[in-house]
Amino acid sequence: IQLDFWLAPRGLGLPVDIRVPFRSLQAVKAHLEANGVSYSIMIEDVQALLDEEQTEMLRSSRQRSLDTNTFNYEAYHTIDEIYNFMDMLVAENPNLVTKLEIGRSTENRPLYVLKFSTGGTNRPAIWIDTGIHSREWVTQASGVWFAKKIVQDHANNEGVASILETMDIFLEIVTNPDGFAYTHSKNRMWRKTRSKHPGAICVGVDPNRNWDAGFGDAGASGNSCTETYHGPYPNSEPEVKSIVDFVKSHGNIKAFISIHSYSQLLLYPYGYTETPAPDEQELHELSAKAVAALSSLYGTKYKYGSIITTIYRASGSTVDWTYNQGIKYSFTFELRDTGRYGFLLPAKQIVPTAEETWLALKVIMEHARDNMY
Amino acid sequence: DIDDEGHKYYLELELEDVLDKDSTVSCTAEVLYHLGSRASAPDVQVTVHGELRSTQEADKEFYNWIRSLEKELVAENIPDSHGNIPPELEPIHLLAWVASGYVIWQNSTENTKFHLAQVQHVKQVKRSDEDLQFDFVVLLHEMVSQEVLPWEVTLLWHPQRGARVSQS
Repeated sequence: IQLDFWLAPRGLGLPVDIRVPFRSLQAVKAHLEANGVSYSIMIEDVQALLDEEQTEMLRSSRQRSLDTNTFNYEAYHTIDEIYNFMDMLVAENPNLVTKLEIGRSTENRPLYVLKFSTGGTNRPAIWIDTGIHSREWVTQASGVWFAKKIVQDHANNEGVASILETMDIFLEIVTNPDGFAYTHSKNRMWRKTRSKHPGAICVGVDPNRNWDAGFGDAGASGNSCTETYHGPYPNSEPEVKSIVDFVKSHGNIKAFISIHSYSQLLLYPYGYTETPAPDEQELHELSAKAVAALSSLYGTKYKYGSIITTIYRASGSTVDWTYNQGIKYSFTFELRDTGRYGFLLPAKQIVPTAEETWLALKVIMEHARDNMY
Repeated sequence: DIDDEGHKYYLELELEDVLDKDSTVSCTAEVLYHLGSRASAPDVQVTVHGELRSTQEADKEFYNWIRSLEKELVAENIPDSHGNIPPELEPIHLLAWVASGYVIWQNSTENTKFHLAQVQHVKQVKRSDEDLQFDFVVLLHEMVSQEVLPWEVTLLWHPQRGARVSQS
């Protein structure tokens, strides 16, 4: 009969509570009635309650969490939820984390960078950005996870704690907030910024074609209605200009990693020219190590190489500019997957993606720390 | 290179069953991309070296379910923004993938790389014959240009007769 006693028999005259499977209901009722045992129904349909609870849980995972320990890292969040997360992280770790505003977007949204530092003055630093292309949702979600991970490692004196002894980490999670807001409100497939320049018919510039490295060359489009529109001039986009200004005024960034999805690739300069980067050999070997570390966790396969030989020719891209500024360890990641879900990567893959990517990032950060220049 | 014709590629591929990761089958293929801007689909010849898993049971179940619906099936945004697909719509997603394959083949050159980004809309159309008909609007993402563009494609499907793109 498969009776499930929620309140087991304790003694004569004391009540019992029983969950009865549907198919046994008639038999149990008949038995109780035949033996003069009185009963009442406390819950008509347990499954209905379970379904309701499930819906509630899904809904509440979207509600504002009270701290970064109850924050749901396994779900995609809105810009407000992520900005709130940042504030909570800073409030919980005031001696490690500060929030910097490096500029404002076209629609006047603040551009926030989290600084992780154990002290010093203008220490050599690592820069990581996610979400520069707004539809690549697994990247912003991973950025949130990275932020929490850095804090946890520091608290447990493991992982990147040793890196933080001598270096700072800068993390910009929502690098293109106008685009990100647009993917939530209007068009999930929006990639570019939301700027409207005089003479341009369409909205938006590709922030990964707007940098001053081979700007306007083959590998970008001059048509504002395309996804790879480079914009009217380099750094026309405040989202890009703010990073350029930050990098130049900081002057001590040693590794710069810009994160995209999808394709499962680790890329280094150049995208705008076939001329190999002077440090190509070192970057290639470092990529091999980073990719091996990434794959070691879940077996996710990555390819690696220069942008132009591995993915396609792209001009005005972020890491070509940062590399030409002298930031030797300039890398671009393309995270999961390889096209099955593409931009719409199921939320349950967020944490595995972030976990494996973090292993690759650590290899790069440790190499930068151990090979100061 | 084939003079006056185009570029021919000889491929050795491994097919992995999306629903059964350990199951792989080898294939060989020849693909001929035609010269010039005539914009015709590449010629493709494929040989499958091995057996594909039987899906008779699941096919029958899906077919009967659709035929039993009182109103024609209509759905949008598969997967949704968060990557979710309701379990009962998985077969629709898979059929859309097949239909996209046809559109991708018709529009491929040596400089394109397409993936199905999302099923924007699907509408079942009742037919007088035994086939199921689904009118899709699929969003295809092209890697080099990064464009995500909608394409209309109608797919006919039957458990025994398989999938065909309707030319009408």
